Amino acid sequence: MDTDALKKEITKGQLWRSVMRHDVEDNPRTRVLKVMSNVFLHLHPVRIPRFGLYLKHTWCMGGLTFFLFLVLTVTGTLLMFYYHPTKEVAYADIKYLEFDVPFGMLLRNMHRWSAHAMIISVWLHMYRVFMTGSYKPPREFNWVVGVLLLTLTMLLSFTGYLLTDDQLGFWAVTVGTNMARATPLLGHEGPFAELTGASPYNDIRFAMLGGSVVAGNALLRAYIWHCIALPLIVAMFIAVHFWRVRKDGGISAPQ
Amino acid sequence: MDQFWLIISKPDNVPIVLMLLLVGFFTWLALSEARKFDKARAEGKTVKEAAYGDEADYPERVTVWPFLVREEFLAAIAMTIFLFIWSMALDAPLEEMANPNVTPNPSKAPWYFLGLQEILVYFDPWIAGVILPNVIVVGLMVIPYIDPNPKGSGYYTFRERPLAITIFLFGFLILWVLLTAIGTFTRGPGWIWFWPWQYWDTHAVVAETNVDFSDLFFGISSGSFTGSLIGFAVIAIWFPLIMALPLIFRKGRELASEMGIVRYLVFGNLLAFMLALPLKMFLRIFLHVKYIWVTPWFNV
Ligand code: HEM
Repeated sequence: MDTDALKKEITKGQLWRSVMRHDVEDNPRTRVLKVMSNVFLHLHPVRIPRFGLYLKHTWCMGGLTFFLFLVLTVTGTLLMFYYHPTKEVAYADIKYLEFDVPFGMLLRNMHRWSAHAMIISVWLHMYRVFMTGSYKPPREFNWVVGVLLLTLTMLLSFTGYLLTDDQLGFWAVTVGTNMARATPLLGHEGPFAELTGASPYNDIRFAMLGGSVVAGNALLRAYIWHCIALPLIVAMFIAVHFWRVRKDGGISAPQ
Repeated sequence: MDQFWLIISKPDNVPIVLMLLLVGFFTWLALSEARKFDKARAEGKTVKEAAYGDEADYPERVTVWPFLVREEFLAAIAMTIFLFIWSMALDAPLEEMANPNVTPNPSKAPWYFLGLQEILVYFDPWIAGVILPNVIVVGLMVIPYIDPNPKGSGYYTFRERPLAITIFLFGFLILWVLLTAIGTFTRGPGWIWFWPWQYWDTHAVVAETNVDFSDLFFGISSGSFTGSLIGFAVIAIWFPLIMALPLIFRKGRELASEMGIVRYLVFGNLLAFMLALPLKMFLRIFLHVKYIWVTPWFNV
């Protein structure tokens, strides 16, 4: 059988055309169309500076950060099927995941290690952007967006830490949120708390935890920030970030 | 050493070891690329020639399909394999159920905040836990606006931007990465320093008598009015001092006039914040100074 003829038959057919909108032959025209007519690929420009391909230049860290964000979204969604954010069952849900859910342990591990990896990759991405001087005009604003993403990434990981409702997460989050007590004016142990009348029951830490101690309300709040609010905010800023990489002339390169 | 191995091999600490290796590798990469570039420039090559090396006549732009798409695809596959191996080799930790009545010793924040937790040794929580994190975030955000140097955009170099790189490396490698590692590996029960070969003894105590700045240097009680005034004076002098120091040198004055007054003030204040940390660490570790400025409302 003539495979070339078959290929032609398929790729010229109505079905193929309706999905792909372009030929498959490799020529400059289709190379452009492949990117332009695909909603996912068109996040990219059609052409990029060659430096964008060099591992030496990008360390691939921005891309890997984004990929890890996607992995976290997928594994996180799967984890949500098995998890209830209440003091009564949260811990048991994790045990259930580890011992009863098929591949539950693998799923949990993937989510946790991807989270750690994302923290590392986002730091390294910042490091490389600095070392190649890529924050300089016209990319200043994208650096600012990046710093917000860095902060948000760490908050995402932090809110996730509590959800296992074990000693590790509980005390890590207790230690972390105790800092908020000391906020000047807004925390009950901070400087000038008397002036604002901040107490353990109305200060900024109370607002974060939904209570004066890390308990059920804190778990629910952490869950909502972790699974809904922060991912949406991060996704939005990533969209701005990528848009700006393009608008600022693509990846930086020596001029 | 057993203790050290125990800490390093804790599943949640493995990423830190990985991070340290990666940071080391990339520091080497960036600096050795910078050295290569600077050398080529010194030999009279243009920026482009120096950065592109022998590929200077390749096309400047390439199509995303297939060049970038295939790279992304490979990177995604490699990362997926890496994550699978990691997830099969190491299990995520799960300790006993949360119990507010049993405080683990040491109680540690998540590893990426341990640099900040380490700063708690030197500053009260309102500074270490609230002011400094905000200064760090804001400080990072303003970098592009206070760096007036147009050179070094899009390539590695050290000679063309020595100041920016030195400050950033100091902040990132010492004040962030190193402190994170210290907070993870050397801080045991009671947040006491343990060397890697020492056992984390929960009953260990360190006899340390701390004094305040004015007591030590002037013999005046830090809580008294005069003591407090001295403390205030030290802080009040620190910021202008750090800002003024560079102006002694010709290069510093050039930098200042290039930046303009607003940029320079922002830069100087941030620098003063950044340097206050190692200074306080020094005072604390070698002279056992606890507070510099004591007031009825807060202590610094
Ligand atoms: C969730 C976090 C982040 C994601 C997913 C992300 C993703 C990316 C990607 C894919 C690129 C393209 C080039 C590359 O891969 O290096 C990029 C470029 C860039 N990123 Fe990020 N980034 C993040 C955080 C940050 C941070 C923390 C900073 C800096 C503080 C930053 C600053 C920049 C800048 C200035 C560029 C342009 C670089 C150039 O033109 O060479 N980003 N980012």
